[in-house]
Amino acid sequence: MDASASPAPLSVHVRSARVVFDAETLFDDLDFPLEGGRWTCLLGASGVGKSTLLRTIVGLATDGGNSGEIVCSDGLPLAGRAAMMAQRDLLFPWLTAIDNVMLGDRLRGRRGAGRERAMALLAEVGLAGYADALPAALSGGMRQRVALARTLMEDRPVVLMDEPFSGLDAVTRMRLQDMAAAMLAGRTVLLVTHDPLEALRLGHRVFILAGRPARLIEDLRPAGSAPRDVADPDVLRMQGLLLHRLAEAQA
Amino acid sequence: MKPLRPLIVLAGLIALWQLVVVATGAPPFMLPAPAAVARAWLSHTDLLLRHAGTTLSEIVLGMLLGSGFGIFAALVMAYFRPARQWLLPVLVISQAIPVFALAPLLVLWLGYGMASKIAMTTLIIFFPVTAAFHDGLRRTETGWLDLARTMDARRWAMLRHVRVPAALPALASGLRVAAAVAPIGAVVGEWVGSSAGLGHLMLLANGRMQVDVMFAALATLAAMAVILFALIDFGLRRALPWQPETAPSND
Repeated sequence: MDASASPAPLSVHVRSARVVFDAETLFDDLDFPLEGGRWTCLLGASGVGKSTLLRTIVGLATDGGNSGEIVCSDGLPLAGRAAMMAQRDLLFPWLTAIDNVMLGDRLRGRRGAGRERAMALLAEVGLAGYADALPAALSGGMRQRVALARTLMEDRPVVLMDEPFSGLDAVTRMRLQDMAAAMLAGRTVLLVTHDPLEALRLGHRVFILAGRPARLIEDLRPAGSAPRDVADPDVLRMQGLLLHRLAEAQA
Repeated sequence: MKPLRPLIVLAGLIALWQLVVVATGAPPFMLPAPAAVARAWLSHTDLLLRHAGTTLSEIVLGMLLGSGFGIFAALVMAYFRPARQWLLPVLVISQAIPVFALAPLLVLWLGYGMASKIAMTTLIIFFPVTAAFHDGLRRTETGWLDLARTMDARRWAMLRHVRVPAALPALASGLRVAAAVAPIGAVVGEWVGSSAGLGHLMLLANGRMQVDVMFAALATLAAMAVILFALIDFGLRRALPWQPETAPSND
């Protein structure tokens, strides 16, 4: 059984988004496409509004002064069809790994319904033996893998990730990127990151968000299939380009 | 060494007591020596235990009622916004009235029996439990709430599966305070007017100049209070194994 098999691809388009935060216009009239079944990576300096854009898409940034629409390719609202994975694993410390994976069912009042699938997902992230461990007993990388399994357990066509691997050491991060690329294949993914290499390894399309109000100032489409090799000359060349663009934008 | 520590502390306190008796030459009707109190305890064991049973019942019932009401009030305030806005000021004002000043009224209304003491204990415990739990319920990690929102959790599920478990350590602090102050409530109630209980016995012994019996009653009360606190502390630790514990003295 392939517990992470994905549903039909769904593309999402953010149209003329306007977000005001603390009397400052983070973005105005911003268009942002998420291609169906593809990884879109969003780079940018800290505080430019990457996370806010992600939260806007998932419907969490709902305070006043915001406008714009989120259009899905099937014409239906996105609500309930996007899963979120954050920089911190956000595991509940009082729940075991398996119960954390099944958190969504618990919150929707269907406790224990998908136990088999949750076990399969834990096995896929290599944590079959840790189902009954509390998060405190797991390492940072293991906790983030549980979070990945929890995200997949939601089985949503759209997955929004906010720097999910940034707190990990380089090797663990690379392994988790590979794992995420394999398990999320076929889903529409937005990966917000500040690491150009990560964006180029995983993205079908890589944007840079910069300025205030923020605009998309770069739009790359790396060749080949993800996860790309970190030593690939094309990847390295584009990494240089992206770093320069990011530095210019912050100057 | 560690399990013996309370005993060593106890022995130290008794030695200090003996030292004060010897050094000041206080007459036995002012400050009896530890040995005299022990003799009084042994010759009045039945009497002391009978009254201790009454006081213990008052404390335990008051604890249960006070904690129950406190937990309920905190949940109501967390779930219903108007309840918070109207109930919180009432709670704060109620704390401005010294509970001890209410003791004579409680005895007048509820009689000399256990009811007035249970009410006193309940009143004294209610506020710390409510305040601690309500505080915990309001300080839920926002990342958890966001995650639960993307999982379509409704308000009730959010309270039950996110806010309440996250607030349990705060509730535990409130219950520890409650365990420490509960005996005060019961004994003050007994002093104001009663026909049984350790507080009653102390007044009686005082009136008859049986200072050694008074001290024996006091020692019994202290032992009960310490054991009650230790049991509750132990139970709370066992109930919340996931709560991280760090000592500032290890920093």
